[in-house]
Amino acid sequence: MKQGKFKIIENTPLTDCVYQMTLQGDTSAITAPGQFVNIQLDGLFLRRPISVCDVNEDKLTIIYKVVGRGTEQLSQMTEGELDVLTGLGNGYNLTKAGDSPVLLGGGVGVPPMYLLCKSLLAMEKKVTVILGFNTKSEIFYEKEFRALGADVIVTTVDGSYGTQGFVTDALKTLSYSYFYTCGPEPMLKAVYKTSVTSGQMSFEKRMGCGFGACMGCSCKTLTGYKRICKEGPVMEKEEILWED
Amino acid sequence: MGRLSVDLCGITLDNPVIPASGTFGYGYEYAELYDINQLGTFSFKGTTREPRFGNPTPRIAECTAGMINAVGLQNPGVEKVISEELPKLKQCFHKPVMANISGFSVEDYAYTCQKLDAQEQVGWLEVNVSCPNVHGGGMSFGTDPKAAAEVTAAVKKVAHKPVIVKLSPNVTDIVAIAKACEDAGADGISLINTMLGMRIDLRTRKPIIANKMGGFSGPAIFPVAVRMVYQVANAVKIPVVGMGGVSKAEDVVEMMLAGATAVEVGAANLVNPYVCSQIIRDLPEVMDHYRINTLQEIIGGVNHG
Repeated sequence: MKQGKFKIIENTPLTDCVYQMTLQGDTSAITAPGQFVNIQLDGLFLRRPISVCDVNEDKLTIIYKVVGRGTEQLSQMTEGELDVLTGLGNGYNLTKAGDSPVLLGGGVGVPPMYLLCKSLLAMEKKVTVILGFNTKSEIFYEKEFRALGADVIVTTVDGSYGTQGFVTDALKTLSYSYFYTCGPEPMLKAVYKTSVTSGQMSFEKRMGCGFGACMGCSCKTLTGYKRICKEGPVMEKEEILWED
Repeated sequence: MGRLSVDLCGITLDNPVIPASGTFGYGYEYAELYDINQLGTFSFKGTTREPRFGNPTPRIAECTAGMINAVGLQNPGVEKVISEELPKLKQCFHKPVMANISGFSVEDYAYTCQKLDAQEQVGWLEVNVSCPNVHGGGMSFGTDPKAAAEVTAAVKKVAHKPVIVKLSPNVTDIVAIAKACEDAGADGISLINTMLGMRIDLRTRKPIIANKMGGFSGPAIFPVAVRMVYQVANAVKIPVVGMGGVSKAEDVVEMMLAGATAVEVGAANLVNPYVCSQIIRDLPEVMDHYRINTLQEIIGGVNHG
């Protein structure tokens, strides 16, 4: 983990409520796809945790959805500096991918799949990406994933674009060596049930500190108590304990 | 003794800055960031006789200038703290540490205190009779002078190290409780623990915290903390450790003027993990600015005019 000042390079809307922000600063603490950063905003007591979409030398890209006061405030910023904690969370373990991993991102669960996809392609894996959205107007980053060289399937729940249905409907039609996923919990549960291989999923929880000190985001797993922010957010399929 | 050093129950602290229990784990998360030996000491995560998962999530809610937590004393239990956490801490912290203890019965408190008292690394026992997040325990001992005195006496019977009783602000007469603890043999008082608070989500109309209520902390509660430290410090002869919303060097000075011998920093660690290090660095300059020679000499030095 590192604390640093990051300069806002750009902040542009990708849809009517999802924004892409590029920041410049010391990214050296970011060591794996699936990690997150924690951003301080003026007038708000707690930082806002946001997943890392991409890292390129001193540039950091995050994609976030406006869901409350913090992200609303962030979406208004076009210049200046942000105080950011970087290198938080465990991130995805790439060594288990096999030859042909599948990546499933749902809504704002899509961004961490980007750096993961890039990393797996650099390891010469045959990567398939399934991007799930509710409807056509919510879709972002399809082009970017295709530009990386991955096979991309887009699903929409209402069928307004791509394959009609959920990411799991597309998953059923594929053969794959391993899966990686990030998205809302109902989607993670569906992937858990539908997947025929081992895999890793990234969880979200309301956090206090984001670096393991406050125990605000604890969860139970089959391998003991874990902090989503520290031993997570990525968990192995085999250790997940659904609490309800 | 240096300009910043203070004496807390017979042990010299290099400075009065102490990260508060529940915001600093067992130390090593922060040791990755800076040398935690620069701290006066720190109070480790509230430890109970048995391991505890704590409350369901969400456990955290944001507030104006603060936060509510309802963690519910998640900890690995005293045996594991001794066999796993303290050895890890030994690698990165070489000063006496403050052991924070909670319980659900007088026997629990005495048992856990006795175990931790026997650890060489432990300098003080901070006995938490004020956790607002655990039903049937914690705070119920801290809201009644008799019960607080009973816990204090039971712990004092088994402890060789200084016993600091940590009090809840969620009471009508903080002085009566502090005095009861002093009379029962407490070597020090620390206060304030968090204030009972609540937030409601307007969209779902549900409490944000799964446990409905939780402990409110952060800069918003600082004036309440200063007031209570002042009241207690004027009523007891034993040292008082002040806490509640402290987030900068000026706050430390203010808390000490109110009567605190040392000062704990809680919620601020969670948003700025370097805050204690920065406070220690800033203190000499703030002291110069207010013509303070040594911190020890300003304890309780509020000017009544």
